[in-house]
Amino acid sequence: MLKLQSVVAYYGRILALKGVSLHVDRDEIVAIVGPNGAGKTTVLNTISGIVPPRSGKIIFDGKDITGYPTEALVEMGLVQVPEGRQLFAEMTVYENLMLGAYRRSRAAKKSEVAADLERVYSIFPILKERRTQLAGTLSGGEQQMLAIGRALMSKPKMLLLDEPSMGLAPLVTKSIFKVIADLRKEGTTVLLVEQNAKAALAIAKRAYVMETGRIVMEGLASELVRNPEIQRAYLGMGYRQIMEQPRNV
Amino acid sequence: MPIWNRKIERMERSELEQLQLERLQAVVNRVYRDVPFYRRKFEQLNIAPEDVQSLEDLAKLPFTTKEDLRDGYPYEMFAVPLREIVRIHSSSGAAARPIVVGYTRNDLRHWAEQVARILSAAGVTKDDVVHIAFDYGLFTGGFGMHYGAERLGASVIPVSVGNTERQIQIMQDFRSTALVSTPSYALYMCKVMDEMGVSPASLYLRVGLFGGEPMSESMRSRIEDRLGILATDNYGVSAVMGPGIAGECELKEGLHINEDHFLVEVVDPKTLTPLPEGEQGELVITTLTKEGVPMIRYRTRDITSIDRRPCRCGRTTARMSPVRGRTDDMFIIRGVNVAPSEIEALLYQIENIEPKYQVVLERENGLDYLTLNVELAPHMVTDQMQRLVELEETIKQRFHRVIGLTPRVKLVEPKSLENVDRSNRVIDLREKQQ
Repeated sequence: MLKLQSVVAYYGRILALKGVSLHVDRDEIVAIVGPNGAGKTTVLNTISGIVPPRSGKIIFDGKDITGYPTEALVEMGLVQVPEGRQLFAEMTVYENLMLGAYRRSRAAKKSEVAADLERVYSIFPILKERRTQLAGTLSGGEQQMLAIGRALMSKPKMLLLDEPSMGLAPLVTKSIFKVIADLRKEGTTVLLVEQNAKAALAIAKRAYVMETGRIVMEGLASELVRNPEIQRAYLGMGYRQIMEQPRNV
Repeated sequence: MPIWNRKIERMERSELEQLQLERLQAVVNRVYRDVPFYRRKFEQLNIAPEDVQSLEDLAKLPFTTKEDLRDGYPYEMFAVPLREIVRIHSSSGAAARPIVVGYTRNDLRHWAEQVARILSAAGVTKDDVVHIAFDYGLFTGGFGMHYGAERLGASVIPVSVGNTERQIQIMQDFRSTALVSTPSYALYMCKVMDEMGVSPASLYLRVGLFGGEPMSESMRSRIEDRLGILATDNYGVSAVMGPGIAGECELKEGLHINEDHFLVEVVDPKTLTPLPEGEQGELVITTLTKEGVPMIRYRTRDITSIDRRPCRCGRTTARMSPVRGRTDDMFIIRGVNVAPSEIEALLYQIENIEPKYQVVLERENGLDYLTLNVELAPHMVTDQMQRLVELEETIKQRFHRVIGLTPRVKLVEPKSLENVDRSNRVIDLREKQQ
């Protein structure tokens, strides 16, 4: 459904992606894990048109979307939920959600939008309770739910999730990740960027491991979670060995 | 016909190439980070991992040779610390420094999957009783096939090698349905069955997967006729993985390569430039998923050609033609691949001669003959006829046991082969004598 071929991109003057290739099949959850500064978020920003790629190709639904503006991609069903959520703090939960439907509200029937709103409320009942509350007054977990809910209002085929666990308590993270897994079952494809590798690998089918702008490993999440290097580096099991000059014995 | 991994083995080429590119970039990044040998090679060629932006860019990367692996003995080529290695195999052979390969847990999982696909391609299922007559030990053959057959769910008999009469007994009693061995061992088994008075028809065998050495078409048809089975050819390289790199399906129209794990090229053995699809050349393999000892552009020295057209069996993976030749000093006589190093090794073990020799290949009335000129040790006096005859006989027997054919042996005076070197060690007169 989504393919990246040797994407090179700069973050300011820094070469942030040094030729990244990855793919996400329909109905898959794919995770990108790796340390801070590896380029994970830049991958999402490059896909969603926020950062223009210097070279390489991005293909979505069989179409070359390299360099497409974000709005066009949202219309095609490729929607990013940004890190830090970027909600409108002075607007209510309901208003934030309706903004998500904005792109299609002209074309879509009111009844359809209403049905989608009900769906989001059923996924996140807390948002219904708080629908008249200002977004800025929500807890971190609720804000994350609102950010995902707003993205769902645009009826995405594929969600790009940037650090959904950021700043959340473990229990809240768990419930957010449960929702992500459920979304996949309902037919939304997900590309997930996470520093919380443990949570990400638990719901993803496949994963890529990034390091300094490069992918150094890929495979089934079930395999990667048992990989000693991943365990050391990202799952807090044992100490990370500096690998520049490996001592093999 | 069962296909073990329908998603991968029937993948569209564009999807497969996407997967290959992703994995190629990841493995290149890893070897650059973790294997000083490769970092050095990359730096010498002035290339960085990010220069690999397409599958075609593979051609920019350095080759890896058997000598590189020997120089790296034992652990220099390893990309992970030893504590992540759960299995170590090594090449046998007389070489002072063998090739050592380590496997991580994940490597072993992938290996079993690769072998399961190949067994499945030959028609083996979980209902089969698989008789594995490959050596279980440092050699990759036994264990490699074993775990693949277990993954498949077959009933595996790890017979290993030797005690052929007992093996035949086991095949009868345990009702082995699939045989895994070298083709020459299968033919040897036929001979022993004759001696034992066992009719192959009384066995339950229906399929055989052969590997470990080249299988000529005449060998294949002899095996198929005598054992009444389907015989498939399989390809593996111990330095790269072991068995499981490629194997024939029941149609026997080339060996299906596990392309999601191995990226193959065929290069001109002299210029080392990649050749177009279909042309014969040296097979070069890059591992795409290996963690323990990844290989970038490993020169196998095996001669083959690649066909990327989908097979009638439904698989879309590329197929390689059966390997019948080597780019190095090996020569082929009567379907037998002979390495001069093997001859040297066997001569070393025989007393009263020097391990100095010359091979002459000749053709008489359409049949090939091998004459082995061997230098006598200085203390051997040539008038002891009886001893010389015995010595010739010993050489013939050893040669037959190791190589699989009987040479004509000519004992020559001490020091008379002093001018023999690599260029004239093997004299092939067969083309002229046709």
